[in-house]
Amino acid sequence: MSLRNNEQRWGLIAVSIHWITAIVVIGMFSLGLWMVELTYYDQWYRQAPFIHKSIGVLLFLLTVARLLWRSLNPKPIELEEHTPIERRAAHIVQTLIYLLLFSIMISGYLISTADGRSVDVFNWFSIPATLHDFEQQEDIAGLIHLVLAISLITLVTLHAAAALKHHFIDRDRTLLRMFGK
Amino acid sequence: MKKTAIALTLFFASFAALAEDYEIDTKGAHAFIQFKISHLGYSWLYGRFNTFDGAFSYDEKNPAAAKVTVNIDPASIDSNHAERDKHLRGEDFLNVDKYPQAKFVSTSFKELGNDKAELVGDLTLHGVTKPITIAVEHTGHGKDPWGGYRRGFAGTTKFALKDYGIDYDLGPASQEVELTLSVEGIRK
Repeated sequence: MSLRNNEQRWGLIAVSIHWITAIVVIGMFSLGLWMVELTYYDQWYRQAPFIHKSIGVLLFLLTVARLLWRSLNPKPIELEEHTPIERRAAHIVQTLIYLLLFSIMISGYLISTADGRSVDVFNWFSIPATLHDFEQQEDIAGLIHLVLAISLITLVTLHAAAALKHHFIDRDRTLLRMFGK
Repeated sequence: MKKTAIALTLFFASFAALAEDYEIDTKGAHAFIQFKISHLGYSWLYGRFNTFDGAFSYDEKNPAAAKVTVNIDPASIDSNHAERDKHLRGEDFLNVDKYPQAKFVSTSFKELGNDKAELVGDLTLHGVTKPITIAVEHTGHGKDPWGGYRRGFAGTTKFALKDYGIDYDLGPASQEVELTLSVEGIRK
């Protein structure tokens, strides 16, 4: 498998980023729901949000790099077996997933920076606050963050179910192509 | 001459006999509702409520008739940390969506001398209303430089979070919170 995409196949970089994102998104959703229920004396009480925020920033950078890489690479042609409706539905869902990813990452950032504090990324570097001190910013951003995260997981489930349907029912190469085949 | 003096005395006496009503100066922010709670037993965490209003009446001739009402917006809690404030407004603590109002309404006032007094009233917080005693200090009163008349009090009280149905465990040293109301009223 080459690093770059070609007309037939996704390259190693695109495939890797796709699956890393899949694992991170599911992990972050679980981590997020879990960490807000932790009690004050739990040893993860401070560590879990720190990891959640750090990974969130890194995923943002990865997603920006992903879009850049995508624009610099050819896109494998659509499979002939896919009907126009399937193509359109897949395209809409994929675009929505990107939009939700960015909205979730930005809203999360707006919670942590609501009072002007920066976000630390694993003690490696920190991202300064930009928009802050709006009335109830942390509450509004928090609600948006949660609602959009649930929406994303719903779409991801749909996206995964569609991939499995192509693999097991239609028996086409849709899912295999996401492993660079 | 005598008549005038009597008339003047009567005039001022009747003036003093009127209950003196004051509006708490939240507009000019000469009033504060602060709290402090121990962090792990190692240090004090301070915070405040930014949005509240209230009024009191106080007559030096009849202090026992003094009354105080303060309405507090619990969502305006501010501990100088947005993430913590979000947590404090949430279900673990104040649950401000469900209980959007907090207030204190006095029921009795007793002068103790030496500029000290005892104020008893009902504090409503987190949907629970309970009587509470506030140790009051007269901090001062008199004319202000802009033609008004002002009077200040500082009151402190302490209560267990559990008494108001807030049972999130902050540790054994952080069961109680101390509340300070430092207010200046402008006479109406």
